[in-house]
Amino acid sequence: MGAEYVAVGFTVLFTIATSFVVGRYMFKVFGGGRTLLDPLLVPIERLVLRLSRVDPERQQDWRQYSLSLLISNVVMWVATFAIVSLQKLLPLNPDGIGNMEPTLAFNTISSFTTNTNLQHYSGETGLSYFSQIFVITFLQFVTAATGVAACVAIIRGLAGNRLASLGNFYVDLTRASVRVFLPLALVVGVVLIWQGTPVTFEGAVHVTTLEGAAQVIARGVVAPEVSIKQLGTNGGGYFGPNSAHPYENPTPLSNFVETWSIAIIPMAMVWTLGYMVRRRRLALVIFLTMLAVYLPLVIFGVAQECRGNPAIAALGVEQSTGSMEGKEVRHGAGLSALWAVTTTVTSNGSVNAMHDSMTPLGGLAPMIGMWLNNIFGGVGVGFINMLIFIIVAVFVAGMMVGRTPEFLGKKVEAREMKLASLALLWHPLAILVGTAIAAWVWATMADPGTHLAWLKNSGPHGFSEMLYEFTSAAANNGSGFEGLGDNTPFWNIATGLVMLLSRYIPIVAPLALAGALAAKPAAPETVGSLRADSATFGFTLWAVIVILGLLMFMPVAVLGPIAEHLALQ
Amino acid sequence: MAQELKQAVLFTLVTMALFGGGYHAALWAIGQAAFPAQAEGSLIRRADGTVVGSRPIAQKFTRPEYFEARPSAVDYNAASTGGSNWGPSNLDHLAAVRERLDALRRREGVAAAQVPSEMVTASGAGLDPHIPPAAAALQAPRIAASRGVSLTRVQEIVALHTEPPMLGFLGRERVNVLELNLALDEKLGPPAEAVNQERP
Repeated sequence: MGAEYVAVGFTVLFTIATSFVVGRYMFKVFGGGRTLLDPLLVPIERLVLRLSRVDPERQQDWRQYSLSLLISNVVMWVATFAIVSLQKLLPLNPDGIGNMEPTLAFNTISSFTTNTNLQHYSGETGLSYFSQIFVITFLQFVTAATGVAACVAIIRGLAGNRLASLGNFYVDLTRASVRVFLPLALVVGVVLIWQGTPVTFEGAVHVTTLEGAAQVIARGVVAPEVSIKQLGTNGGGYFGPNSAHPYENPTPLSNFVETWSIAIIPMAMVWTLGYMVRRRRLALVIFLTMLAVYLPLVIFGVAQECRGNPAIAALGVEQSTGSMEGKEVRHGAGLSALWAVTTTVTSNGSVNAMHDSMTPLGGLAPMIGMWLNNIFGGVGVGFINMLIFIIVAVFVAGMMVGRTPEFLGKKVEAREMKLASLALLWHPLAILVGTAIAAWVWATMADPGTHLAWLKNSGPHGFSEMLYEFTSAAANNGSGFEGLGDNTPFWNIATGLVMLLSRYIPIVAPLALAGALAAKPAAPETVGSLRADSATFGFTLWAVIVILGLLMFMPVAVLGPIAEHLALQ
Repeated sequence: MAQELKQAVLFTLVTMALFGGGYHAALWAIGQAAFPAQAEGSLIRRADGTVVGSRPIAQKFTRPEYFEARPSAVDYNAASTGGSNWGPSNLDHLAAVRERLDALRRREGVAAAQVPSEMVTASGAGLDPHIPPAAAALQAPRIAASRGVSLTRVQEIVALHTEPPMLGFLGRERVNVLELNLALDEKLGPPAEAVNQERP
């Protein structure tokens, strides 16, 4: 038990320590500074820009930037939809996988173009190698880079003084994918291969087991996808069980590197912000505020999973190692809970244990992570959400002291607050209305277990399965309570739509907000200004996040996980 | 608008080639050059070249001469993997756990308190290659009896195949069941009816 906390603490501390280095590196990449990797990567960046005829000098205002972002994403959506729908006819399909059914393809492609990576298919039976490579892994690079680009543009807007442009979308996208994700993905990929993650084009292997039975073992080009799915807060695994699968995550070292990969860029992004707006104290305040949400959630989750399932303890079984249903021995309960919390606060969504089988409150922890959706949010829309929360906290604090709210010397006025509210309110709206519709359909259908067959578990846990699914779709996350029979037209279309809206509303509204702020003159700070880089503001921000971010989810938390927890005692 | 569209199409094609083609080619080549065994899936081959399994992938063991792996929700199907996804309060789940516990107690002749929960719960992917040392200790007397060797001999072999946590605290102490059973066959000879099978 004590060892679990040492392992968890070591992993978190190591990630924090290395995040400074990566944060400074990203600042240099986006700020035009020089780095050690330039001789290797700048030629690739230039080649991509030249081949795709991007004019790197062209500056875009927030409208042009958003338009480029949206159109590029539409084109990627159409191209990859075509590939999975025709994969049977395409090369690199040694296991003879068929074409993807249209509603499943709609869901899958919407999921991967939005960086959500919710998976209603299972990789080993649903996708050819060609699709894994040119659809899944390709999108895991460019959509992560899209999130970083949007985030960088917004930060430029905050930092700017009477600024008309936010940068060039394609330049930012190329820099993020080629100079941030590519080198990290290559290094992590090599470590994973060394540890036993396959990378082969040879198809499934047929084995005669020691007892003489036949076993077919699915393989594939696994390592390249696993490394970028972790780094790009994507989360979509090669195999159905994601990083619980021994090929995706074979050893404690691979688990350590993969856990690090989930959080490293989201954490580093905070330091990048500090450098870009030239206020490192502000970055520190934001980072500590995030830690003050993240660490209690980690400790809560780890404690719940290490305590085990009371219903199994009641059978007299030796359960000192915690709740092990859906978990792997090499990771253990503690590191599985750390992963569950980290993957959900950061909008990653990969798993190394089955969340559906976690203890009721242990399963609540990842839901809280996604309801907040802004702690080390990083490359999804998470960090953008944090910036929105900061604007709201500035507004609240300004109202409390009776001054015009300002952030970084800029007045926050009605237009900014409207855009922030739009981005902020969409999230609970999608989750709560979505879950309500699903629960209503289930409750009004006669004999839903036969006709709908959605839920593997009944009672409060069944409600949690539906709640988790909409939460995950709205939070750009992609993990699931996989007992939900989700490959049906209802879930494919409903969550597909939620994913699309929950990606582009929280990107475009903040871009508009950043555009508005960028154009304003930055007034010098005076003694009367609200200082965003103070402990007081950090505490205000923390309170706004917890109260505003969580309170509206209280009723559903009680109906699902908390009711189940009380029933189990 | 047409210009934007053209730009997006070009960019998509170029990055698809880079991240689909170039990136995969690079990692594939590194795998072939530096870690060929891992790259093909850490397969374990017999002397005649037939594949007997993969080191990190569990297989099903039912014979009394072999250690059993953890329960699998997909019956060790490595082509369609998964966990049970049963919630902690699910009655079917608890019934399955009770059934496994009864079977294990009958088979090994032990009290419930000696059974580690890992041996009555299904793993995440249904392919967990490891069991904790306590689960090996639980099964060792049966292995020794059915193979007609001393318990200490079996325990020695288990100890040889017990892996510590990384750096002493990352991950858990564990035993790879397939490797352990291969070692049993190698050191004590294959079980009676399986003598005709070639050893790896």
